[in-house]
Order: sequence, then structure tokens, then C-alpha cells
Amino acid sequence: MEDNIIKIEVEDRSGELHLIEGPTDMNLNLMEILKAHELDVEGTCGGMALCASCHCYINSNHQLAEASEDEEDMLDQAFFVEDNSRLSCQIRLEKSLDGLKVKLAPVSD
Amino acid sequence: MISTDIAIIGAGPCGLFTVFEAGLLKLKCHLIDALPQVGGQLSEIYPKKPIYDIPGYPSILAGELVDNLMEQIAPFNPTFSLAQRAESIEKTDDDQYIITTNKGEKIKAPVIAIAGGLGSFEPRKPPIEGLSKYEDKGLYYMIRDPEQFRDQKILIAGGGDSALDWTIELADIAAELTLIHRRSSFRGALDSVEKVKSLSESGKISMITEAQAVGVLGNEKLEAVNVKMKNGESLNIKVDSFIPLFGLTPKLGPIADWGLNIERSAIEVDTYDYSTNVKGVYAIGDINTYPGKLKLILCGFHEATLMVQSAFKLIYPDQKLSFKYTTVTGVSGFNN
Repeated sequence: MEDNIIKIEVEDRSGELHLIEGPTDMNLNLMEILKAHELDVEGTCGGMALCASCHCYINSNHQLAEASEDEEDMLDQAFFVEDNSRLSCQIRLEKSLDGLKVKLAPVSD
Repeated sequence: MISTDIAIIGAGPCGLFTVFEAGLLKLKCHLIDALPQVGGQLSEIYPKKPIYDIPGYPSILAGELVDNLMEQIAPFNPTFSLAQRAESIEKTDDDQYIITTNKGEKIKAPVIAIAGGLGSFEPRKPPIEGLSKYEDKGLYYMIRDPEQFRDQKILIAGGGDSALDWTIELADIAAELTLIHRRSSFRGALDSVEKVKSLSESGKISMITEAQAVGVLGNEKLEAVNVKMKNGESLNIKVDSFIPLFGLTPKLGPIADWGLNIERSAIEVDTYDYSTNVKGVYAIGDINTYPGKLKLILCGFHEATLMVQSAFKLIYPDQKLSFKYTTVTGVSGFNN
């Protein structure tokens, strides 16, 4: 595997697993790579932690930078928020995230 | 009935700039927007965020860009239907369209420009199973008349300004009021947070933090809300009314039913003039899609500019349009 590619396992809302790959040297965040793989993530605000439409759960033990106060504030507008809830737009793709397991959070119609 | 040349759906940056470009061609515009203020996402989501890719502005706050656009289009006297959602369109015998809003306002125009961004902003609805059947039967996303909640048992969910403000306002009206919030801290204005805390301490309201509504119970009417605490406990709170206040989110809404070609919530257009498959209906800005589409304000401005040229030819097929630079002719507004 190339140095700058990490693998991420994504569980979509129907429970189906997708193994996707993302580059770590393009300044991408998790929301962007989920969208690039046509997974059903809204990302309305474009990645500014201003809309909560990229809410996901982190299901592996990777050490992530803690959520900022802005991110926590926005998570208040999301539903079914758990301890492992994050806004995917606030997670930068880095080498240490190889093997990350992500589950998309439920959305309303 | 309001009569205009171009009925613009969406008063975001792209819709606003359309007024300017249309005005240069002496076309009048009327704008419709679901939000009570102009500016779309820029006003609703990120007014204080700087934008760095508006040509000629190394940096400009989103809110300032909206103010500037309003100043720029003022000479062309645009008119507005705000806090109204465009519901339906119908074609008239004289080849015009009539748009009807959810408040019953009618706007007649030969050309419709849909500049709807990501759709109209609507209350964010919790994805709780079975919730939707209680809408207006004990479940409310908006408060029109606080009096309707007099002497009721009310549950408000949320941690932002609207949840706090309504908690304060309804505390005196309700028989019992409970506020639930996911965290122990609130993101609302400091004095509202203090007020809500003192209401809770004096026993006027109940506040349950680190908890979320996860289920609903009832028959014809909503009767109770199931709340799950962070520590795993769960309880049912009896309610007459449940008011979830989780902000607004954009939805494509009724536009989806207007016979337009839609791909993944975006309207397909011809990049020649940003026309849709329906003659006289154009789509510009974030709401359209075409090969190579980028959702950028500056691209929306370009699309608006080309679109009004085509709109002019559609409205005045016999008139020749000679293109003029504003540097040569200046900007002459409308007198009324």
C-alpha cells in the first residue's frame, strides 16, 4: 500500500459495509472522502462545523483530536448523539487513522 | 397578484445578484424566500465567516457580502416575499407562470429563476420512529402562538437560542415545562442560559441534561416522550406538547414536483443559458447541476449573468439586445 493512502471501513445506514481509501496528503477531511465515495452524507455547510449534517459514529479505538467547542455546539443540533459521535468534516485524514471504522448517523427525511 | 419580469426563488447571493444583472437589461425582479431575511445560507448559517474567493475581495464576511449585494441591487427596486415557500407553479394562457407560495401569495412572471441553494430552510426533525404522525397533534416544530400551550405539560428539546428563549417565554404559560438537552452546557446567549438555570433552580421548570428524546408514545395524540439519559437510564415524560428545537436544515421541498429534471437533489441545466427542461424556468447557483459544476458563489454570479441574457430574449423575442459595459453606461436604476 502506498504511504499516503489509508483505508476506512464505513457502515452505511442500511448496515452495508464499504471499504474506502483516502489520501492523507490532500488536506481532506472525513466528510469529503465519504462524499467522494458517494456515501450518503450531506455536508451542507461544506465543512465549517456549522450544520451537523455529516454526523457519524467512530467505532474503532483510534485516537482522534478532541471535538472543539464549535463541534460540540453543532452536535447539539444532531440526533441520536452518542459518546462516539463526531462531525466527519472535523476529522482530518491522517496516517494514524488507517483502519478507522465509521458508521453514518441516522438522518430525518 | 404581483407581476414582474423574473420571479426569483431564493434570496441568497445568487438570487440577489440576478436582480442586478436583470436590472441592467431593464428587467424587474421579485424574490421569494422561505427565510424571514435575505442572504440564504450566508445569513442563516455563517454570517460571521469570512469568504476568500469573491473576486476583488481578499476577504469579506458572509453577512457583509449580503449587505453589499442589497446595496448593489437597490437601484433596481426588487420586491420580496420573505418567510414564504414557493409551493407550486402553473402556466397561464399568455405563456407566463404563476407561482403560489405557502401563504397564498401569487407572483406572475414570464420567467422563473430558481436560485434555491440547497432548498428551503425548514426545522430539523428528529429521526424518531413514528414521530411524524403526531405533527400538530402534540408535536410542534415552530411556535406561532404561545397561548396554544397555556396550562399544558410541555417538553422542549434542544440547547440553542431558540430552545432557551422559548423555555423562558413558555415557563409562565405552561402548567409544567421540561427542557432536555444532550449536554450540561448550552450554546445559547449567556443571559438566556443564566435565566433558564435560575428558572430550574427555583423549580419553575425541570431541566434534564445529558439526555435525548429517543421515542414517542401515544394514540391519536402524542402522550409521552421516551428520554434516554447518558447513564443509560430511560424514562417516559408525559406531555401535552413536545417541541423539538434543533435549528433549520435545507430541503428541496415542492420544487421536486415541478416536472424538472432532477439528479441527486439538483436541477439539471444547459450550460448555454442555465435553462432547465421546462421552457422559461432557469436554475442557477448551488441548486443546479451540470458537468463540471462547482458550488461556488462566484460561479453562481456567472450563471446569473448569462441566464438573464437568455431570459431577455425569451421575454422580448423581437428586440435586439446589445451588450453594454457598466463602465461605459453606468448603472441607471428604475424610478419607481
